[in-house]
Amino acid sequence: MTIGATWRGAAAILFGLVALAGVARPAAAEDKTPIKIGIIAEESALLGKSIIDGARLAVADINAKGGVNGHQLELVVYDDHSSAADAVRAYQRAVQEDHVSGVVSTFISEVYLALEPWAARLKMPTITAAAASNLITKQVHDDYDKFKYVFEGWLPAPIIAQAVCDSSRDLFVDMLHMKTAAMMSEDADWTTPLDAAQADCLPKAGLQVVDHERFNPDTTDFTPIFSKIEAAQPDVIITGIAHVGVQPTVQWHDQHVPIPMGGNSGQATNPEFWKTTNGAAGGVITQTGTVPGVALTPMTLSVADEFVKATGKFPAFTGFTSYDDVRVLAEAMQRAGSTDPDKVVAEMEKTDMVGTLGHYGFYGRGDTYTHAMRYGPKDVTGVFMQWQDGNQVCIWPRDKCPNPMKFPDFVKTPEQRAAN
Amino acid sequence: MLALQILIDGFAISALYGLGAVGFTLMFGVCGVLNLAHGGIMVIAALAGWWVAADYGAGPYGGAAIGVGVGVVASFVTYYAVIRPIQRSRAIPAVEQEIFILTGTLLWGIMLQVGLDYLFSNNPVTMQPLLTGVVRIAEVRVPQNEILIAVLCWSVIGLLSLLVNRTRIGKQILAASINPRALTLLGFELSNIYLVVWTIYGVLAGLAGVLLASFLGASADNAGALTASAFTIVILGGLGSVPGSLIAAYIVGYAETLTAYLIAPTLRPIPALIILVIVIYLRPQGLLGRR
Repeated sequence: MTIGATWRGAAAILFGLVALAGVARPAAAEDKTPIKIGIIAEESALLGKSIIDGARLAVADINAKGGVNGHQLELVVYDDHSSAADAVRAYQRAVQEDHVSGVVSTFISEVYLALEPWAARLKMPTITAAAASNLITKQVHDDYDKFKYVFEGWLPAPIIAQAVCDSSRDLFVDMLHMKTAAMMSEDADWTTPLDAAQADCLPKAGLQVVDHERFNPDTTDFTPIFSKIEAAQPDVIITGIAHVGVQPTVQWHDQHVPIPMGGNSGQATNPEFWKTTNGAAGGVITQTGTVPGVALTPMTLSVADEFVKATGKFPAFTGFTSYDDVRVLAEAMQRAGSTDPDKVVAEMEKTDMVGTLGHYGFYGRGDTYTHAMRYGPKDVTGVFMQWQDGNQVCIWPRDKCPNPMKFPDFVKTPEQRAAN
Repeated sequence: MLALQILIDGFAISALYGLGAVGFTLMFGVCGVLNLAHGGIMVIAALAGWWVAADYGAGPYGGAAIGVGVGVVASFVTYYAVIRPIQRSRAIPAVEQEIFILTGTLLWGIMLQVGLDYLFSNNPVTMQPLLTGVVRIAEVRVPQNEILIAVLCWSVIGLLSLLVNRTRIGKQILAASINPRALTLLGFELSNIYLVVWTIYGVLAGLAGVLLASFLGASADNAGALTASAFTIVILGGLGSVPGSLIAAYIVGYAETLTAYLIAPTLRPIPALIILVIVIYLRPQGLLGRR
């Protein structure tokens, strides 16, 4: 071997080492790269703000325990202004530019339904903190291979309806001896299946449906609606509202509509609702995730305390669902040992986790509501709460919440009406 | 009974619409300004009033007074920060001033809405009612606050009418709306008259916002719809005509109430828009419009 050949050989080895180091260094750095989770929600909306706060808390807690497979989690937050177009743009940016490995998103069904085809196309594990339309899970059920990346981190509308009927039987029929109900719902994607299911299950629970009013979510004057409902003389109004809440409640109170309101009132789940309605919320009953002081699982109270410490207030129920949704994604990635979407989805399907609101699991491929949260006393039921003297008081399930109901003076139960 | 209910509800809501639109049309009639930040000013007054009442215990009347005060301040800010710079700009040709003012107030309205969204969230709030309780008028249960709102709206509109027709400054305002150049030639300072109009406008918009918040609730997201509603009423009544706006407010208010009661609450906004389209086809200057 000549000296020149030796030099050439040494140079080649050196070059090889440098090249190797060059390749190895970024690879090693990449190993420690944080795993990004995208959050798409409306910051100005109280339910959306709680989604963002919940995700932040979950990431802080997970990172404090060492992260996921040695990686820290990092949140990338996008404000969708509750607009489907903004949400889709944010979703594309999250996946294609910011390279997130999972998305937790919006409480609005119309917006989540717009994201669903993109989750399928971009193969991105995606979970909603509260969108409840049954079309979400129907698409997963009907075309599983395409839509399997989509999950519903709260109960789908027909199951919410079942919870309304279960609680109505206990609260309104058994305790207050009511016989009739009027349904009052905003015209939205989530209320179509809700109303259909309630129309079916309320009579079975003992409440004959005597009126059904659907109205535009932009409605501000509810006087004609209450007037029509009152003319039908129901014992209780079962609401299906989330886009509206403050106005119907205040007008119900100011007009002294003598019929109690129960069912679902999304805005009433917010702890600020008493203040925004100037106390008109007194007596309103709604389904929610949980309320202060109720320990649905060993985690509920500690996470609620964390919320209060971090944000100064108790969150809307989406704060809890979002907290749990981030954990569902993180635990699935941990078990999968990867962020590969198909592996993560397979692990999400195996979720068996104690969450803040109950025991978390998802319905399977063969179930009607594929990838929706499981409902039941051993899983998640949500609770029904009533606003009483400025406090959210849990009144159902009765085994966990035996508190009495309390209505304002202008509301008359059938027994009070009979006594007059 | 249903007819009476429609009559009462329609009257109250129309009075509120009227109050909201009167300032808007006065502003155009006298100053030539179509203020597309109108809804934003109503909402900022409502939210400020609610905030001091709820967080600082100002009570319903204190909250309402502060809300109206904030409406006046917002009105002055609109005048000095948005309108005056456009009117004084040498870069903007006089013929293009109106379109710049439209654009400027539109953008200012969006800024107000986004700012209020950020500060208060977009969930609606309601002011405490000035009066609580209900009265029965021939079996129809009517909140006392609703009656008070209708009375207040008409009292303020009556006072405005007295101010315009019976006082010296009112006559100057009237003259400015008819022939501003002649008024200038007579030695009156137009900018002083405009300032008075902006003050009156601030009081009217602020009060309308506060009353709206105590009757139907208000949120930052309502700003656009409130501007659109005032705009519809003013176009229907005739740009710049105060009586026209009041008539139009009652046409829109009753058309909406009748639809909500007799057809479906969901279709509430439709008839007003149909009437507007018909009026624009048949009488583009509006019911009592003069230009």
